[in-house]
Amino acid sequence: MSDQEKEPLFSAKNIKLLTAPLDKNNPITIQVLGICSALAVTVKLKPALVMALSVTIVVAVSNVVIAALRSYIPDRIRIIVQLVVIATLVILVDQILKAYAFDVSKQLSVFVGLIITNCILMGRLEAFAMANKPWPSFLDGLGNGAGYGLILVIVAFIRELLGSGTILGYPVMEKIGIYSIGYENNGMMILPPMALIVVGLIIWVQRSRDKSLIEK
Amino acid sequence: MEHYLNIFIKSIFIDNMIFAFFLGMCSYLAVSKTVKTSLGLGIAVIFVLLITVPVNFLIEKYVLKKGALIWLGKGFADVDLSFLTFMVFIAVIAAMTQLVEMVVEKFSPALYNSLGIFLPLIAVNCAILGASLFMQEREYENILEATVFGAGSGVGWLLAIVGIAAIREKLRYSNVPDPLKGLGITFILTGLMAIAFMGFMGITL
Repeated sequence: MSDQEKEPLFSAKNIKLLTAPLDKNNPITIQVLGICSALAVTVKLKPALVMALSVTIVVAVSNVVIAALRSYIPDRIRIIVQLVVIATLVILVDQILKAYAFDVSKQLSVFVGLIITNCILMGRLEAFAMANKPWPSFLDGLGNGAGYGLILVIVAFIRELLGSGTILGYPVMEKIGIYSIGYENNGMMILPPMALIVVGLIIWVQRSRDKSLIEK
Repeated sequence: MEHYLNIFIKSIFIDNMIFAFFLGMCSYLAVSKTVKTSLGLGIAVIFVLLITVPVNFLIEKYVLKKGALIWLGKGFADVDLSFLTFMVFIAVIAAMTQLVEMVVEKFSPALYNSLGIFLPLIAVNCAILGASLFMQEREYENILEATVFGAGSGVGWLLAIVGIAAIREKLRYSNVPDPLKGLGITFILTGLMAIAFMGFMGITL
């Protein structure tokens, strides 16, 4: 603990933990973690936001818990311990969603449960929380959750706008009167394959902007 | 009989784990570089699904569901343990994966070495937990239906990963724009394959 007091809470290193996952070290487009649940919930913006928030909370809190326990966890059974911590948090999130946002919880269906097996969680716990103090781990969790959420929200925004002509349920396309000049919603966007292609395009844009990210 | 065949075909082609629900994408993207390893992983996934889905079905039916514990006596008729679903399912899956790992290590060290880290990672493969959760959500009626569904999902996953691996092997000879190389083009290819698979939509026997 004494180490931590010497270092300011928001030192440059800690800030970097928070911001790197947003772009250069994005969990979805660079680390290739957590794609499983990322794509299925992006038809509409609202479930995507709820999902992003849930994942961020679970990653941040489980990172803190594991980081705090890291010296007491025997190496051989660490996966089980991590799964128990994650599963407990996910059960909490699931029950809270069922209680206060039932329709969103219905839309997300099995994907809330699938946060447990979201690779971001195990990936960050293994790669970061097992070797770092609780506070940096918390920032790392927040950062990665936000990076995940960012991609989710971008994909959901594109798909909802082009697919249904709405944003968060508000009929944008109708209000600007684009239908009267012959515009049609693109039904393709609502179908699952387009999520993959949109993410592919985001990767393309990101890597064209930053050449250092290109794979050999 | 036809009913079971229907569930089987449906879980392979229409409700394909990868193309319709994006489950198990992490290992799908990471292991699909050669056909040989992806075939091995696909078989391991089928195997684990074949065991975990029926086991979880029995646990769901006789322990977790509301009123499922009635076989213990009248007093248990109101017990509802369904909030424990995630925890129990993931524990079963982790235990079963450990078992599969030990069996593979004993009987096929070559496969064990080529699968490397990905065998233990099956425990956190979304496709496995996803299949159990879908089994619960779709309320299959008996254990045979659940087993057939598990097998079908596994076969569908195998089909997807072997397909993309074969394409990626050929991709080495094509001229992909630099920023799309690797991950980007794989995503777009998967999207195109998913569009092809949508052609099966609506098939019933």
